[in-house]
Amino acid sequence: MIRTEEIQINMGPQHPSTHGVLRMILRLDGEVVVDGQPDIGYLHRGVEKLAENRTYVQFVTLTDRTDYLSAMLNNAVYAMAVEKLMNIEVPERAEFIRVIMMELNRIASHLVFIGAFSLDLGATTPFLYAFREREDIMDLFEMVCGARLTYSYIRPGGVMRDLPASFDEKARAFVKKMPSRLDEIDDLFSKNEIVLIRARGVGVISAEDAVDYALSGPNLRGSGVPFDLRKDQPYSVYDRIKFDVVTQPTCDCLGRYLVRTGEIRESLKIVEQALDMLPAGEYTAKVPRALKPPAGEVFVRIESSRGDLGVYLVSDGTSVKPYRLHWRPPSFINLAAVRQMVKGWKVADVVAILGSLDIVLGEVDR
Amino acid sequence: MREMASPEQLEQAVRGRFPDVCHESPEIFGIPTLWVEPDGIVDICAFLKEDPALRFDYLMSLTAVDWSDRFDVVYHLYSIPLKHYITLKLKVDRQSPAVPSVVSVWKAADWQEREVYDMFGISFEGHPDLRRVLLEPEWEGYPLRKDYGESAEPERKSTS
Repeated sequence: MIRTEEIQINMGPQHPSTHGVLRMILRLDGEVVVDGQPDIGYLHRGVEKLAENRTYVQFVTLTDRTDYLSAMLNNAVYAMAVEKLMNIEVPERAEFIRVIMMELNRIASHLVFIGAFSLDLGATTPFLYAFREREDIMDLFEMVCGARLTYSYIRPGGVMRDLPASFDEKARAFVKKMPSRLDEIDDLFSKNEIVLIRARGVGVISAEDAVDYALSGPNLRGSGVPFDLRKDQPYSVYDRIKFDVVTQPTCDCLGRYLVRTGEIRESLKIVEQALDMLPAGEYTAKVPRALKPPAGEVFVRIESSRGDLGVYLVSDGTSVKPYRLHWRPPSFINLAAVRQMVKGWKVADVVAILGSLDIVLGEVDR
Repeated sequence: MREMASPEQLEQAVRGRFPDVCHESPEIFGIPTLWVEPDGIVDICAFLKEDPALRFDYLMSLTAVDWSDRFDVVYHLYSIPLKHYITLKLKVDRQSPAVPSVVSVWKAADWQEREVYDMFGISFEGHPDLRRVLLEPEWEGYPLRKDYGESAEPERKSTS
């Protein structure tokens, strides 16, 4: 009689499809995954501890380095937390500039997702196309703040500086051409039979489980739950902008992809409206050089590209440094659900499922 | 779908049901905040999740703060269908910190409780798999405690 036994395999920490340094400890029965446990922490820098030894202003640069694919959104949530704690009113122009930057960053981040997810499924071409479009956004950011990845542009009080004169024209040109470019990328992806077979019906997580695991962002909306903080708890000036929340009822990898492409289109609409509505005025409030908030605590959350990004900030009222800062990272919490999601699928599907969750290890590990 | 409850209604609902283990606390930016005795936390969380007028289905964040004389464990809850918030806080003794686990209520608590254990050394009783999540298993000490690293020698083991 043939004797069979389960084997344990390490996927990662150096593995091209883990999007950074993630180790998956897989127990396999043949090719079928019996258990898949993520082992994380390879990028842990102790951001929360570092915050306790930095002033409120210094910490801004560290926010760039958590989810480094959407640094604008990280900057924004931290700035909003400090502003709420200190009761700083942000000028309207700054709010609109923030919305423009956050949505452009969301598009850039989702483009990286499309590229990386396609690579995971063996399609190389969409990656090149997605990065070509992302380059335009990087150029816009470079024009605005000089940096291409770690912006530190959105700061407590407003933004670092006003938009350069040619920004409006270039941003509009991007918004105009992007929908057709996205069609092009989407054709390469969603008309590819191989990609569809590998993504459709794979990695299903029911809406109920998704909420129980506190999944958020496109991963939750890919399970049909229309939860988007920009609509549900409007912050900044999102309540004055028209856009739709994109959901997919299929709960699978393809659904999560389709949510993100849909969101790129919605973000383009938001950018265009914000450019139209952009008022004149100050780009930042008058903020003291050393921020010393009164004693208190605040929990602020925004809809980042990866989901519900929250900051819990505690001040003891006597220091220019945060007493405690907790970063509620959507990637970390989304990744916790992966153990259930990979069970029963084949090894190759693990790659697809991980890719569809769009985690950033810098944010998982902090 | 029901209307979202006001902070006062939320607080009344929970304190009315659990008068012994819930204590009043001022609202924080309009979010009702309750001090809870650790023994009651699982029952209160289950009630908050299951009650049709509350439906706190989403554990937004679970973390802790070190106040040098005690730990606070802080639960930020949100209801996706009803769009309201509540914050629960527990005071935990710093000598032998232990709190009942709420993994049986929300699966999202699994990794978040492990992170709090990893960083503060607060153990969650009844957690199915309580071990470090971000740091390596051999790590000594709990970095987010305020007295971490106060000794002259760093509390980490050399890997050689």
